[in-house]
Amino acid sequence: MKFATQLIHGSHAIDPATGALSIPIHQTSTFAQKSVDHFGRYDYARSGNPTREALEEAIARLEGGSRGFAFASGMAAISSTFLLFAPGDHLVVCEDVYGGTFRVLTRLFSQWGLSVTFVDATDPDAIVAAITPATKALYLETPSNPLLKIIDLRAAAAIAKQRGLLTIVDNTFMTPYLQRPLELGCDIVLHSGTKFLNGHSDVVCGFAVVADAELAKRIGFIQNGFGAILGPQDCWLVLRGLKTLKIRMEESQASAVRIAAWLDTLPQVERVYFPGLPGHPGHAVHQEQADGPGAVLSFELTDLELTRKLLEGVELAAFAVSLGGVESILSYPAKMSHAAMPPAERATRGISDTLVRLSVGLEDPDDLMADLARILCD
Amino acid sequence: MQIATEAAQIGLDWDSRTGAVTVPIYQTATFRHPGLGKSTGYDYSRSGNPTRQALEQGIARLDNGCRGFAYASGMAAIASLLLLFRQGDHLIVTEDLYGGTYRLFEKIFNQYGLEFTYVDTSDKAAVLRAWRPTTRALFVESLTNPLLKVADIGRLAGICKDRGALCIVDNTFLTPYLLRPLDLGADIAVYSGSKYLAGHNDTICGLVTVKEPELAERVSFHQNAAGAVLGPQDSWLTIRGMKTLSVRLDRQQENALAIARWLRHHPLVRKVYYPGLEDHPGHELLQRQGKGFGAMVAFEVRDPALVERLLLKTNLISFAESLGGVETLITFPEVQTHADIEPETRDRLGINSVLLRLSVGIEDAGDLIDDLDRAFSQEEQP
Repeated sequence: MKFATQLIHGSHAIDPATGALSIPIHQTSTFAQKSVDHFGRYDYARSGNPTREALEEAIARLEGGSRGFAFASGMAAISSTFLLFAPGDHLVVCEDVYGGTFRVLTRLFSQWGLSVTFVDATDPDAIVAAITPATKALYLETPSNPLLKIIDLRAAAAIAKQRGLLTIVDNTFMTPYLQRPLELGCDIVLHSGTKFLNGHSDVVCGFAVVADAELAKRIGFIQNGFGAILGPQDCWLVLRGLKTLKIRMEESQASAVRIAAWLDTLPQVERVYFPGLPGHPGHAVHQEQADGPGAVLSFELTDLELTRKLLEGVELAAFAVSLGGVESILSYPAKMSHAAMPPAERATRGISDTLVRLSVGLEDPDDLMADLARILCD
Repeated sequence: MQIATEAAQIGLDWDSRTGAVTVPIYQTATFRHPGLGKSTGYDYSRSGNPTRQALEQGIARLDNGCRGFAYASGMAAIASLLLLFRQGDHLIVTEDLYGGTYRLFEKIFNQYGLEFTYVDTSDKAAVLRAWRPTTRALFVESLTNPLLKVADIGRLAGICKDRGALCIVDNTFLTPYLLRPLDLGADIAVYSGSKYLAGHNDTICGLVTVKEPELAERVSFHQNAAGAVLGPQDSWLTIRGMKTLSVRLDRQQENALAIARWLRHHPLVRKVYYPGLEDHPGHELLQRQGKGFGAMVAFEVRDPALVERLLLKTNLISFAESLGGVETLITFPEVQTHADIEPETRDRLGINSVLLRLSVGIEDAGDLIDDLDRAFSQEEQP
C-alpha cells in the first residue's frame, strides 16, 4: 500500500461495532470485566484505550515499526524513553538538539546519574570518539533543530550496532512520509506529534515507535508505569490530522523550497539553512536517506534590528513557538526553542541572535514571500 | 468560601470576551506572541494552557494550596513528583499502597537509586523507626488502598517538618472535600483525578497541589520539562466533574455507610473495612482531621468461591478497575489493583483471595444492596 492510501486505510480505525468510518472517542477510564481469571483486552485506560491504540497502530505502521506509543507531549515521549537507562549509563547526543531535550538531559536526568556527551554528529568520527564503555545509546535529530544539520543515519546506526548501542532518532521534522529511520537501521523513533503529524497546531502529543519486540515491551512497561499517556480526545484529533499528512507535507515542502531559494538571493540574509538547497553541506546525505527536505528552514539576518522588525511585523506567519502546523510559524530560537540552553552553549552551536526559523504552512507561497519582503526589503 | 462553592465556580470568570460561564477548551498547541520578548503569558501548551490552568487554579483553591498542577494520569503526577529527588534519597511510604505506585517506585525509580521503606503509616512509631539520615520525604495515602487505614496527617507532617523532609499525601480516596492535607501541615497533595474529582469514570488525569511557592516552582519546572501534562479536553472534563464533587460524595458516603452496615451483618461476610463504622480503628482520627469517611468499602467473604460470584453475578455493580465514579464498581485487589505487590507482602497486609473492594456510586442504596444480596444468595451452578 502506498503512503497516501495507508494514511486513509492503513489503520484499523473503523469502529468494528457500528462500522463508523472514524473510531469512537472512548472517553472512559475503565472497562467492565467478564471473568476473574482472564481480563478482557482492556482493563484500565492508562494501560490501554481503543482510541489511543488505533493511533498507536497507525504511527507504528507508518514508521515501519512493530509498536507505537502515544504520550502526553513530545517531551513526555522523550523522557519516558530516557527511563530505559540506568544511573552510570552514558549517551552520545547530537549537539544542536532541541532545547527541551537538552534541558531534560542536563537538568533532570543528569541528577539521576545519566551522563551525556554532545557531539557534532554530522561527523561519524566524532560519534565514535565520544563513545565510552558506559555508552548505551546514540540520540540524534536530522535535520537538526534549528540549524538543519544532516546526520548520516545509516552510518550512525552501523556504528551503534557494532558496539551494541541503541540508536534513537527524533524524526519530528521529517515525519515517516519523508524519512523512516527504522528502515535505516535505527532502533527507536521519537516524535513531537504536536508538529507535522497532527499538523494543526491544536494538540500537544508525542510518540515512540520501535521495531524490536523486546524493546517494545520495555517501553510499554514504562508508558504504563510512568503513565504519561495521551488522552482519547487528543488521540482522535491526531488520527484526524494524520489523514492529511501527505498532502500537507507536499504543499508545505514545495513552498519551503521556493522560499528558501528566494531568501538565498537577498542581501539582507546572511545565510539560509535548508537541506533542499544544493549548497547545503548535508544535501547529498539527506537525499540518500530521506524523500524530501521538509518544510522547516532557518535563516540568519545581517542585523539584530531587522530581526526584531521581522518577528514583530510579520503578518501571515504567526510569531510563536512550535512548528509543523497549517499556519506558517516564525520563531526565534535564541529566545524560544533553545532558551533552555545557556547563551554560551548556544553560541558554540551557532544559534545566533539574528537566527530566525520558519515553519512553512499551507498559505500561498507568493503571499508569504510578499509578507516577508515587505519588512526585509523595506 | 466553602468547597462546594469554590468547586461550582471553577472557570466561571475565565472568558471575559464572551462571558461564557465555563472556561473555553483551548485546543491549541501554541500561542502567538505580540512582540519580541513579549508574551501573552502563554507560549506553548505544554508550559501553560488556559483550560488546564483553570483546572490547576481550581484544585489549588479547593486544597488551599498556592499552586496546582495537572498531569496525564495519577501515575504521571506521582512520577513527576519523584523527579524532585535524586540518587541516594530515601522515602518512607505507606505499606498498603496502590499497586501502580508501588510498581513505579520499585520497578522504575528504584533503578535510579531512590530508596523506599514501606511501613504502616497509621503507626507513628513505625515511621520514626524507618527514618534514615537520607530520608527526604514521607509518602502517605490519607486513606489507604484497599484496607482503608487512616494516617494521622497532622502528626506525620509535624515529624517531617522537624526533620526537614517533605510530607506528600495521596488524598485520592478523600479529596479536598473530605480532608485537606495542606491545611494539616503537608507540603504536597497528589490525586488520581480519574477518581472522585473527575468522578464519572471517563477521564484519566492526575493532580498535584503545593503549599509553598518555592516548592511549587520546582514542581512546575518538572511538569514542563518532563512534559507529562493533561490535555485541554480532559482538563475541561475534569473541571466539569469537579463541579458536582460535593453532591456526589455526599450521596456516595451515605450509600457506603448503608452498604457497610448491611455487609457487616451478612453471614457470608467475615470482615468489613469502612472507616465510617464506629469500631474502625481510624474512625475517631478521621472524624477529627476530616469531614467524612469516603465511599470505599472493602470486605472479606467467608469462602473464596464467593469471590467470582460477587464479581460476575452482580447486575448493577460492574466488575472493573478504578473507583470514585458515579457508577458502583467492584474489584478484586489481589489480582487487579495490587497484582504488582509481592505475594508475601500482600498476605501480611491482608490483601488476600477473599478480599473485595467496592467503590460505591450514587445509585439508590436499596438497589445496590438488593444486587449484592441476589449475588450472595445465588445457587452455585452444578
